[in-house]
Amino acid sequence: MHIHAYEKIWLACSILLILLLLGSVTYGAVGPGVAMVADSEPQIDANALDEDERFTEPRVEQVGENHYEAYVVAFQFGFQPDPIVVPENSTVTFQVTSRDVIHGFEVVGTNANTMVVPGEVSELTVEVGEPQEYGILCNEYCGAGHHAMEGKLHVVPEEEFEETNGGESA
Amino acid sequence: MSDALEAEKTFYDEFPAEAKVVRSSLLGAFLALTLGAVFGIIQTLHRTGIFRGLISSTDYYTSLTAHGVFLALSFTTFFLVGLFTWAVVRSLDRPLVDIRITWTWYALMAGGMTMTGISVLAGFVDSIDMSADVLFTFYAPLQAHPLFYTGLAVFIVGSWLAGADWFRTWLAWREENPGERIPLQTFMVLTTMIMWYIASSAVAASVLIFLLPWSLGLIESVNPTLTRTLFWFFGHPVVYFWLMPAYLLWYTVLPSIAGGRLFSDPLARVVFVLFLLLSTPVGIHHQYLDPGIAEGFKFISMTNTMFLLLPSLLTAFTVVASVEYGARQRGGTGIFGWLRSLPWRDPAFTGMMLAGLMFAAGGFSGMVNAGMNINYMIHNTIWVPGHFHLTVGTAVALTFMAATYWLWPQITNKPIYSSQIGLFQVVLWFIGMALMSNAMHAQGLLGVPRRTAEPEYSGFDYPVAFGGFEELNVQIAIGGTLLFLSTVLFIGNLVLTMGNPRVSGLAETLRPALSGPDDAPEVLDDLRIWVGIAVTLVVLAYALPLAAIISDGGLLGPGVGTYPVWIDAAVGALAEVAVPAAWSLVDALAFVGSRLLDVAASGVVA
Repeated sequence: MHIHAYEKIWLACSILLILLLLGSVTYGAVGPGVAMVADSEPQIDANALDEDERFTEPRVEQVGENHYEAYVVAFQFGFQPDPIVVPENSTVTFQVTSRDVIHGFEVVGTNANTMVVPGEVSELTVEVGEPQEYGILCNEYCGAGHHAMEGKLHVVPEEEFEETNGGESA
Repeated sequence: MSDALEAEKTFYDEFPAEAKVVRSSLLGAFLALTLGAVFGIIQTLHRTGIFRGLISSTDYYTSLTAHGVFLALSFTTFFLVGLFTWAVVRSLDRPLVDIRITWTWYALMAGGMTMTGISVLAGFVDSIDMSADVLFTFYAPLQAHPLFYTGLAVFIVGSWLAGADWFRTWLAWREENPGERIPLQTFMVLTTMIMWYIASSAVAASVLIFLLPWSLGLIESVNPTLTRTLFWFFGHPVVYFWLMPAYLLWYTVLPSIAGGRLFSDPLARVVFVLFLLLSTPVGIHHQYLDPGIAEGFKFISMTNTMFLLLPSLLTAFTVVASVEYGARQRGGTGIFGWLRSLPWRDPAFTGMMLAGLMFAAGGFSGMVNAGMNINYMIHNTIWVPGHFHLTVGTAVALTFMAATYWLWPQITNKPIYSSQIGLFQVVLWFIGMALMSNAMHAQGLLGVPRRTAEPEYSGFDYPVAFGGFEELNVQIAIGGTLLFLSTVLFIGNLVLTMGNPRVSGLAETLRPALSGPDDAPEVLDDLRIWVGIAVTLVVLAYALPLAAIISDGGLLGPGVGTYPVWIDAAVGALAEVAVPAAWSLVDALAFVGSRLLDVAASGVVA
């Protein structure tokens, strides 16, 4: 089979491009440490979230020195807790589940983004910076009121966070 | 010379029965295009907040489901079956084996799509207890009316029968022409259909084993991760199923319109084989942000996806080289000066070239989607529909419309009513899409979600970059309006063309490739090998993820409820009618399946 010289050069450049793209994602994983939402958490009965102590009362809880976990329930058509309150300059792990259909969980203007599937728990760890208010929206169609499904993430100063009793209520 | 030209026959002259099938398929496609465009303009004005008076925001999702089903499933597939019928019959230069089988698959596809279409459109009518507002991805546990799933199943079975029809015709040709290479167009059709059989088996399983019985109340629940994964097993190769007819046109028709010849027949075969092998084991890249699927499986899927760029990059080279050859044959010179010698006044040529250009842009935004970690930024934002309106919405749809200006006279003996309107129409599509798609990508980077009736929220504002949210909305609305006008011009031109009298002398020849099939290694035509490798790759990519999903969540899910989008009261009465109907459908499927197996087995053995 005859392959033209120009075509061979093009083919070589194409393969190089593909390897560069794969290399950049691999670097993103091992360098800056971008991990994927994956199957880290076991399945859960979406009809009985009450029986799981994380989701009986959705909340933010301190789990390490500067590490907080936010247990979030998505439902037709909102998020619980709302707002989610976390202290500034901390590490936050979201554990998000759904009690009805498939939803999305997107912190607007950031790369905190995951699918929320009933029966599964999505785990996602992010670093938060200075105090700021973020919007949260559902980015997967979930029924007639989908466009009204929104929430808030409040990143607040340390003192203010303690006043909210560890984020139990806002 | 002119006598010879006048004596040359069109497809209509040579194969009138097949020409009728091609025409009917294309008309089915254009009916779907018209409906899809109407919902498109309603949505573009509603979503951007320009005009929300026509439908409520709840009905927006009915409209969105209709837009997706009619354009992504119906328009594309009906055009494909028409084009493939033309390509097989033309390149084998023999009629189909049994035209009754041909009309059977046409009836199944049209009937299936009508059922699904009715179930969707009923969502607009409050007095009918039927709805299928589940969008064209129908993610459980949102549940559509059983008619929606039944129609889809019948439609897919029809497409399987169409593939069997073309395989059978090829086998008959092979007996008459022992030892000859498979003609290029037929080779493209057969490899595409093998990919389709592999891919659609998963969605058929999802619909028939889980979703349809569940919607009839025969099983209590489904595993959402499992049905989602089975959907995307099908959902990525389906985009190549849309694209392969466009590639067939770019490889085998465009070079001749440009006045040249395809650069390399063997490389075209290599490209189609690569698509057959790599299209399916990549579907998990739509599920990068799914819980319940391990990171390793996502990485494997991404690697396959990146290598899937290769056949498209090769196509870019071959198509441009073939067109340049044509331009030089027409007297073009210089490094870029040859571009001036191309037939830019021909809407078929200009439309396909603009479609190809848009596909390059769509390819680049696709590389972003494919990157696991950058995908976090744009997953489920309006960036994604921005991307696929470049690929399926332009590379495919504009190529189909442009090719119609060339193909329609061949299958009807009627000249196009106005080439000028055609030229204006394809350029208008390009401009409309450039505006709309660019603004959709930009909004996606702000975090604006896809699939929503009202993307503005009460509690927060979007960050500002590349122009604000409102300004980009206006660009989307203008772009969408231009696209609708372009569709109206296309349909209007075609309707007027149908009123033209039949004439002779419209025949166009397709010239063979510069480097012909004899240069291609024989092994390329050995479809058994490629089926074997394709199935192996799919098993490698999917066996473990599917096993993990089933062992973790069970076949019927870890306690997930049912959320019908249609009204519950009618279920009982309906189930009584629908259950026997479903069983007779199962019987029919089993019969068709056994016929297909016979055909496939004879193909493999022979």
